[in-house]
Amino acid sequence: MIEQIPVLLVVLPIVGGAVPLVASLVSDRAGWPIATLTLIGQVGLAGLLAWTVGTSGTVSYAVGGFAAPYGIELVVDGLSGAVALLVAVVSLGVLAYAREAGPHSNSFYGLYLLLVAGLTGMTVTGDVFNLYVFLEITGLAAYGLVASGRDASAAVAALKYLIIGTVGASLYLLGVGYLLAATGTLNMADLATKLGEMAAYDSTLVLTAFGLMVGGLTVKVALFPLHTWQPDAYANAPDSVSAFISALVSTVSAYALARLLFSVFTAEFLTAVPVARWALVGLACVSIVAGSALAVSQNSVQRMLAYSSVSQFGLVIAGFAIATPMAVVGATVHLLGHAVMKGGLFAATGIIERETGATTISGYAGMGSRVPLTAFSFSVLSLAMVGVPPAVGFVGKWYIVLGAVNAEIWPVVAVLLASTLLTLAYFARLVERLYFAEATIHAEEGVPEDAPVTDGSGQAVSFGMVAVVVLAAVLAVALTAAVPALEQVLEDTLLPILNQ
Amino acid sequence: MLELLDSHYNYFAVMLLLGIGLYMLIESRNLVKKVIGMNIFQTGIFLFFITLAFRAGGNPPIIEEGGGPYVSPLPHVLILTAIVVGVSLTAVALALIIRIYTEYGTLDEDKLKQLYYD
Repeated sequence: MIEQIPVLLVVLPIVGGAVPLVASLVSDRAGWPIATLTLIGQVGLAGLLAWTVGTSGTVSYAVGGFAAPYGIELVVDGLSGAVALLVAVVSLGVLAYAREAGPHSNSFYGLYLLLVAGLTGMTVTGDVFNLYVFLEITGLAAYGLVASGRDASAAVAALKYLIIGTVGASLYLLGVGYLLAATGTLNMADLATKLGEMAAYDSTLVLTAFGLMVGGLTVKVALFPLHTWQPDAYANAPDSVSAFISALVSTVSAYALARLLFSVFTAEFLTAVPVARWALVGLACVSIVAGSALAVSQNSVQRMLAYSSVSQFGLVIAGFAIATPMAVVGATVHLLGHAVMKGGLFAATGIIERETGATTISGYAGMGSRVPLTAFSFSVLSLAMVGVPPAVGFVGKWYIVLGAVNAEIWPVVAVLLASTLLTLAYFARLVERLYFAEATIHAEEGVPEDAPVTDGSGQAVSFGMVAVVVLAAVLAVALTAAVPALEQVLEDTLLPILNQ
Repeated sequence: MLELLDSHYNYFAVMLLLGIGLYMLIESRNLVKKVIGMNIFQTGIFLFFITLAFRAGGNPPIIEEGGGPYVSPLPHVLILTAIVVGVSLTAVALALIIRIYTEYGTLDEDKLKQLYYD
């Protein structure tokens, strides 16, 4: 039973995603309960799987009974187990938010579950071409979800996202072709052994494959300068979608990049070809600085948060590229923590906009007293993102910096430390406005009484929406307690690959 | 050079398709043409995979038809999947373009940018 869970994790949301469309024949509001039931099952399965991996090691499953390396293999180790659980939990959480925040159509929930299936598939797969397919499923569902906003600008943002995202995924596919030409296999574990033997690490073929695959995935992760789709997509999508995709889509792409680095190209490759490592570290550092600078210069809060993601993912990728065990643990912790924090922050901006109409940084002035609970959670999440102990943002950054110090890469250490200050620069300004500035938007003019209440952008804020934000804030602090367990699991299942 | 062109013309075609596609995708002002560019770019990749599968004197990979050597069936299967993905992407892109056109009344990127930021 246990070894079948990886495939069930993908099948369950795909089947669940088809049900709301059929259910449209009967009822227009059947989507939410169906999605909730499916995702509760998903959380249960992912939890069971993560627990199994934690106690008895890696789980693998050969799809259709074709044994690896010829068939598609699903492999779940500590890292993928943790990410799969994150995907399940966050998607269930956002669902509680979406119940009131909408969009309410059944097709929305169909796409939503398809996105969960794509993300989970990317997480559990052990095959590079299968990863491409799930990457595109994720992409297609995400484009559709971004476009589900009422406003036509959402369609423009989605088209931009689609075109740039497709180029990214296509580059990845081209890289897969190069790897296939070099080794004749697509299975990750098989590739890892064949890469050093059949094709030298520094051969043009392997280097090109590395460049194309990593380049393609960095588009999906949205590292600077390939991030241009991301702020538009996050800012124009409906609030529940922004919270969902900002928390998960880039996160899982970054996970895929890490998987590629450690399970396909391996740490040996990074040592043998220093230029590959430095290119990645350099890209990450540029992303950290440029993302922060762009975030500081934004006026819209959602766009600021979007650029903040560019910067934070720079940090995560830097940790993975340094590739010492400590840096990898740090990058994983920050990857998971960032998902919870950024999702919570986007959810909070949605609530603040509904309650007060404030969307810009100047508009947030004095809102601390208008929406006390949400504003407080927003501040906690902001400070967690900056890296104030004991929040999880601190632990992740601390480990990444320690890893860089141990590896004696001083320029990177400087950028990492400066990044905390840069993050503080844009979040502190906002928290200060929330509590210590005169309100610029007053209650009576904030939300016009006669504003048309449309499906999907109604002004009501439900208990569930606030609860999700508060829960994210609590998790941002409480996850710190889970770090030792995560470290243990990673040490058992992922780090052996690193030290080979 | 000519010899290389003669023996590797498929790869030149791949590079040409990738180049044309990417150029159209970036340079064209018309959204539909951008999507066509995206398709050409993907077609370049499909051709690349199919070329990979080729081997001189290889038979179709069906056991009954003579003996080996066979051409590799794997890239063909991969590309069959990738074509399906490409078609779905095109469909979604065109659906978005129809929505943009009904809302803004233009397919020109520059005009759209003006309308979009107002």
